[in-house]
Amino acid sequence: MLFSKFMAERFEYEGNDSLHLFKWDIKHWIGNDEHKLYLKTEGDYSADQGIFGRADLQMLYSRNISTFWDFQIGARRAFEPERTFDAVIGFQGLAPYSIEVDSAAFITENGNLLGRLNLGYELLLTQRLILQPRIEVNVAAKDIENRGVKAGVTEFEAGMRLRYEIEREFAPYVGFDYVEEESLREHHHSVRFVVGMRFWY
Amino acid sequence: MKIACRRFFFFVLWLCHLGVGLACADTYTLTVAEKSVNLIGTKQTAIVANDSLPAPTLHWREGEEVTLHVINRLQEQTSIHWHGIVLPYQMDGVPGVSFSGIEPGQTFTYRFRLKQNGTYWYHGHSGMQEQQGLFGALVIDPVHPRQKVERDYVLLLSDWPEADPYRTHARLKKQSDYYNFQKRTVVDFFNDISKRGFAETLSDRLDWGQMRMEPTDFADVTGATYHFLVNGQTPEMNWTGLFGPGDRVRLRIINASAMTHFDVRIPGLTMRVIEVDGQPVIPVDVEEFRIAVAETYDVLVEPKADRAYRLFAEAMDRSGFAAATLTPKIGLLAQMPTLRPLTLLTMADMGPMHGGGHAGHADHQAMPMSGMAEQPPDAEHAEHAAPPNHSMHEGHDASMPATQTEAEAPMRHTEAPAMGSYKVLSYQHLMAAAPNREWRQADREITLRLTGNMYRYIWSFDDIKYSESEPIRVKFGEHIRFTYVNETMMNHPIHLHGLWQYLDNGNGAYNPKKHVINVPPGKTVSVIVVADAEGEWAFHCHLLYHMDAGMFRKLIVEKREHAGR
Repeated sequence: MLFSKFMAERFEYEGNDSLHLFKWDIKHWIGNDEHKLYLKTEGDYSADQGIFGRADLQMLYSRNISTFWDFQIGARRAFEPERTFDAVIGFQGLAPYSIEVDSAAFITENGNLLGRLNLGYELLLTQRLILQPRIEVNVAAKDIENRGVKAGVTEFEAGMRLRYEIEREFAPYVGFDYVEEESLREHHHSVRFVVGMRFWY
Repeated sequence: MKIACRRFFFFVLWLCHLGVGLACADTYTLTVAEKSVNLIGTKQTAIVANDSLPAPTLHWREGEEVTLHVINRLQEQTSIHWHGIVLPYQMDGVPGVSFSGIEPGQTFTYRFRLKQNGTYWYHGHSGMQEQQGLFGALVIDPVHPRQKVERDYVLLLSDWPEADPYRTHARLKKQSDYYNFQKRTVVDFFNDISKRGFAETLSDRLDWGQMRMEPTDFADVTGATYHFLVNGQTPEMNWTGLFGPGDRVRLRIINASAMTHFDVRIPGLTMRVIEVDGQPVIPVDVEEFRIAVAETYDVLVEPKADRAYRLFAEAMDRSGFAAATLTPKIGLLAQMPTLRPLTLLTMADMGPMHGGGHAGHADHQAMPMSGMAEQPPDAEHAEHAAPPNHSMHEGHDASMPATQTEAEAPMRHTEAPAMGSYKVLSYQHLMAAAPNREWRQADREITLRLTGNMYRYIWSFDDIKYSESEPIRVKFGEHIRFTYVNETMMNHPIHLHGLWQYLDNGNGAYNPKKHVINVPPGKTVSVIVVADAEGEWAFHCHLLYHMDAGMFRKLIVEKREHAGR
């Protein structure tokens, strides 16, 4: 039997005095217990400047390999800031202590290696009021000139979201993110306020 | 002709309801159709038999040759399974196993002779129809009545969902803890620290965290969507049974739920358990018992006071309750008990899942009984667990021959005292009223691991789902010892169609026979199955969504002539 799940984990406004972004992080799978097809997309859009900071779409085949883990393989197409193609290999699942993990290695057309690790946790204040700390780290094995990528940690994001599940499927939230970005061209870090909603069906 | 038949059928039903004890006709008709119902304040579509929710109670007689027409007025296939009834397998009513199902517009005629008596039930075995209302009680009168009672009531417990059952299943696949609104919170964490200290609380949380499980995970589908019913009525509708002064009342309690175990009690009344799964047991007086999905318990109560009593059936996970009233006068109400707090699962309940647990495989092999003596995991029960079980057990071991004669006596003279009196019934207390003449060592042992992946909502036997499994083959006449090892954190009521399961609770020839054996989380339970009916039988966990997800096998009892191979 086939099932599917659309999940907008993040669908939010993020900003501070100098920055106003709209961000999304959406996954959609269709499949059965063992085999799933995943679509993942994330990115941000600056309304002030009318540009996308980052936007990509991954299409992955996801295979259940153990109780809590899926192995995933597929491709990523980045649309902004540059159009690139990468191969993707990753693991997604639930680590001990109920830490949600989404990890991926991206292999670029030129054979360069990038990595992304996403960790999330849910702390129940009540049955419906949930505090969700989250960390995302992006790394690069070496400099990639044309993408402006500098070897090492290219992006670090640590944040906290407090959501209220009006329904399991619909939960508005508020929170903040600390973001540090490092590239060949610039380095900056900022704290941002977040408001958004999480929804799925 | 059909209409006349149906009218006659209703007339007979009506007579039976009056308790006239009239011999029922032996041709019945059930018409399965959709019906709009309003049980919970919104209109929903139910699947009903003869326009009734629950389906009508069928009164049969032992020895009767039943002819029963099932007419399908649905847009989809249907089927009816006679739960607990020993019959030719083609009449068992499981599409894809024992017959091909009843197509829309078709009529299927069930024909079988009743070799048994007692309280049973029937339900749809297609899709989610059982969850949508297709279930009813079966009462088979014995040739020689044993119990004389003034009142005799069927109490059919069930769980009624707010959503379409397919949607419920899909939600569980997307987020398996969707219906659990009793998870441990930060507030609980601090409360635990003040009760148990920081170190112990932290270590407990880390243990559960490491397993990626929740100690409140008793039920996958809960009162968050379920309304719990007695005879199709919510607690507000309050199904009521009358009794007169000095009456002995027989309650035939059937758990027709799709997913819910209940803890049943009637504050102020002691219940004498006389039959379990339709089979007479040596009477046991209890204040409370847990009824797993698809089990039946017949109890006698003797309300003395001139007041109303409340039958209170708490869902095992305490997310809701079903209730009914026994009263000498219409309009009298008894106080509604309140739900007791949920007692958390412990590491011991996790058994083989948890390395450090003390209920691992080795223990069970040496002492298959270890899992059986468990009481429902309520704190207030804990104190009663050890002493009654021990005295019970030693008593039998020491004086088995003497017990045999005594054992038959209570059934002839129902006034005789019950075997024991316990606060909460456990499987350990159940002894068949008459010895099993076929009792002997098993010819073969089959271990069936009850497995699953709660996180992904996958259920299976031996890690293999039904869709990928081979049938289990046994030979006609074989005695097979099935050992169920529950490697999950959920209870699994294991139902074998067409054949009895003799629960090995240490009573030898007096081991009770059942059609459903509940296996608690992390526990091991053994049964003996006598393969005395050839054919292809369904063998599954009776939790509907577990069965649907794959905790199901076909069991083939091979014909006699192939048996010697």
